[in-house]
Amino acid sequence: MKESVLHKLTILAESAKYDVSCSSSGTIRRNKAGMTGSTSGWGICHSFTEDGRCVSLLKILLTNFCLFDCAYCVNRRSNDIERVAFTPGELAELTIEFYRRNYIEGLFLSSGVIKSPDHTMEKMLRVVKDLRTIHHFNGYIHMKTIPGASQELVHQAGLYADRLSVNLEIPLEQDLKLLAPEKDHQSVYKPMHYIQQGMVQSLEERRKFRSAPRFAPAGQSTQIIVGAAKDNDKDILHLSSALYQRQSMKRVYYSGYIPVNTYDKRLPVVKDSSLKRENRLYQADWLMRFYQFNANEILDDKSPYLDLDMDPKLAWAIRHPERFPVDVNTADYATILRIPGVGVKSAKMIMVARKHGRLNLNGLKKIGVVLKRAQYFITNNELPHYTIHEATPEYVKRVLRDTPSLPSPAEQQLSFGFTD
Amino acid sequence: MSIFYYDKTFDGLLSVVFDAYKIKHFPQALLAEGDIEPMFMERVHTTVTDSGKSDRVWTALRKKLSKQALNHIHHVWQSELPEADYLIFRYIRKVIDSSHSVETHFADEDVMAMLKLAKKVSKDTMYLIEFVRFQKTTQNIFFAPVAPDYNTLPLALRHFIDRFADQHWALYDIRRGYGFYYDLQRVEQITLPDENALIDGKINPTLLAEDEQQFQTLWRNYFKAITIRERINKRQQRQHMPARFWHLLPEMQN
Ligand code: SF4
Repeated sequence: MKESVLHKLTILAESAKYDVSCSSSGTIRRNKAGMTGSTSGWGICHSFTEDGRCVSLLKILLTNFCLFDCAYCVNRRSNDIERVAFTPGELAELTIEFYRRNYIEGLFLSSGVIKSPDHTMEKMLRVVKDLRTIHHFNGYIHMKTIPGASQELVHQAGLYADRLSVNLEIPLEQDLKLLAPEKDHQSVYKPMHYIQQGMVQSLEERRKFRSAPRFAPAGQSTQIIVGAAKDNDKDILHLSSALYQRQSMKRVYYSGYIPVNTYDKRLPVVKDSSLKRENRLYQADWLMRFYQFNANEILDDKSPYLDLDMDPKLAWAIRHPERFPVDVNTADYATILRIPGVGVKSAKMIMVARKHGRLNLNGLKKIGVVLKRAQYFITNNELPHYTIHEATPEYVKRVLRDTPSLPSPAEQQLSFGFTD
Repeated sequence: MSIFYYDKTFDGLLSVVFDAYKIKHFPQALLAEGDIEPMFMERVHTTVTDSGKSDRVWTALRKKLSKQALNHIHHVWQSELPEADYLIFRYIRKVIDSSHSVETHFADEDVMAMLKLAKKVSKDTMYLIEFVRFQKTTQNIFFAPVAPDYNTLPLALRHFIDRFADQHWALYDIRRGYGFYYDLQRVEQITLPDENALIDGKINPTLLAEDEQQFQTLWRNYFKAITIRERINKRQQRQHMPARFWHLLPEMQN
């Protein structure tokens, strides 16, 4: 490896760091003879940066040259920064050497747009193809699809990568037009659609022939930047919910806007609440994916923002005292899932454990129910009757405000019990 | 008090179970030959480890327990905690004596204790899988010294065999003084013959391949470059990557 690679790596990692998705979950790939690598199905973090985020993939740009001038991006054309580019060979070698040392689970390849979306895609494809065919690499590859890329190239990418993503970035079309004049939602939704088509087609073919090639087996994901425009949480959650309805959308990532180009007057002055908001959105997203909530239940026109001091599940329960108390020994799974202080795991354990006899408070505690929160929402013969009705919603709100219950995003990446 | 002596192997423990049911007498403590006897001893039995006996017990367990619960037993055993064997013994008794599955009886103390300890061990195994750092040696072997809290190397082995099938590698538990070496075909247990191979638990630099330091530098730089400085949160970093692993991680060496 040449000295210059060190320099490029530093610059291109810097330029890639704001892309939040770094999960390596979703495909299981056993090792094949003569190949390097496997993927486990759940993501493995190999390190944690000083900001507390998991490092799972070598997240890197092929180049930070870019034709476009998106207001929220460090790599925009009008920024005066040093520009460098890897050769596909350099990047493939770097990936394989890092992988062999157990630094990473694979590669997350992204890039600035050079010449044209298709030209860029072709270069990125070279890296991925080299890894799979020359280096016999069998680990995880996530490739970011360039907005505006053609169907043919998206199709090729899907045959080599585990996951594809096209970043939506700005939730509302008119805001995107303002902040990224060269882009529009159409240029994002089109490749998203190609990916979905590719997956459907591959599934059909594989039903006929077991050996038909897999297409993006870990599905697709997207990222939304939160707080760079005037969108509210309700807009964002409804958008995510619509995206999840497409069968191939596995994850929506939320990235609290970090001001990288403060000179641009189109961008807001950032309040330090952006990280908190990002966290709450992940929790709400979690409720939609694992707790059977729909977006309308979490937020509506009356309250378009998530409560920053309270997790959305608790907020929902306090708004709906009529749904409580719940009898943990008789209620169905969906109802038990909605009790604050009860997670997916403990809800499942409650369902099986109560076959052995009535669950008392001690049993609930052993299972991992957080009684401090749950006590106001359940009935049990042992409990003095002091539910949300006697205590009043206002009181419950006051005492439980800001006691964490849902896992933070970093912990979510570590929750092996769930596949995402 | 009644006690059983056995050789402190897993097969031995299963043989203890076999004997206890055979003589219809159940110990209150399990000791190794040479352990100090407790006072007020009523009855002593010495179990001779016998794979015939242990196989029969294991087969019986396999009929009554899920694969996951069987794994938990293994995990708890690998914890090497002094109380682990007697806990497993009590658990197995409950499994055998009960007509229905006890493994989901989460209100039971022993069931829960098994679950908790198994979880700790599997977390430690996970740490191993995450934080192993191979270093390439002059002989083209990817070598990693490790120091898990529990004896988790055997539990993590499968993962590494599957993942790094086309490179020579070795994992070495510096705390317990043994390891495994993979030669592209098989894995064998090893102990390091050369005392100079490790210095303070680290590989002797003279044994490292020429470009090894370079890749460590690349990795260190990458690691620094992807940190979002606006969001430093060292508490969270420590929470997920406990400081006890740092000495084995190149990215955490200044
Ligand atoms: S196209 Fe991508 S890399 Fe280029 S300026 Fe826009 S966001 Fe940045």
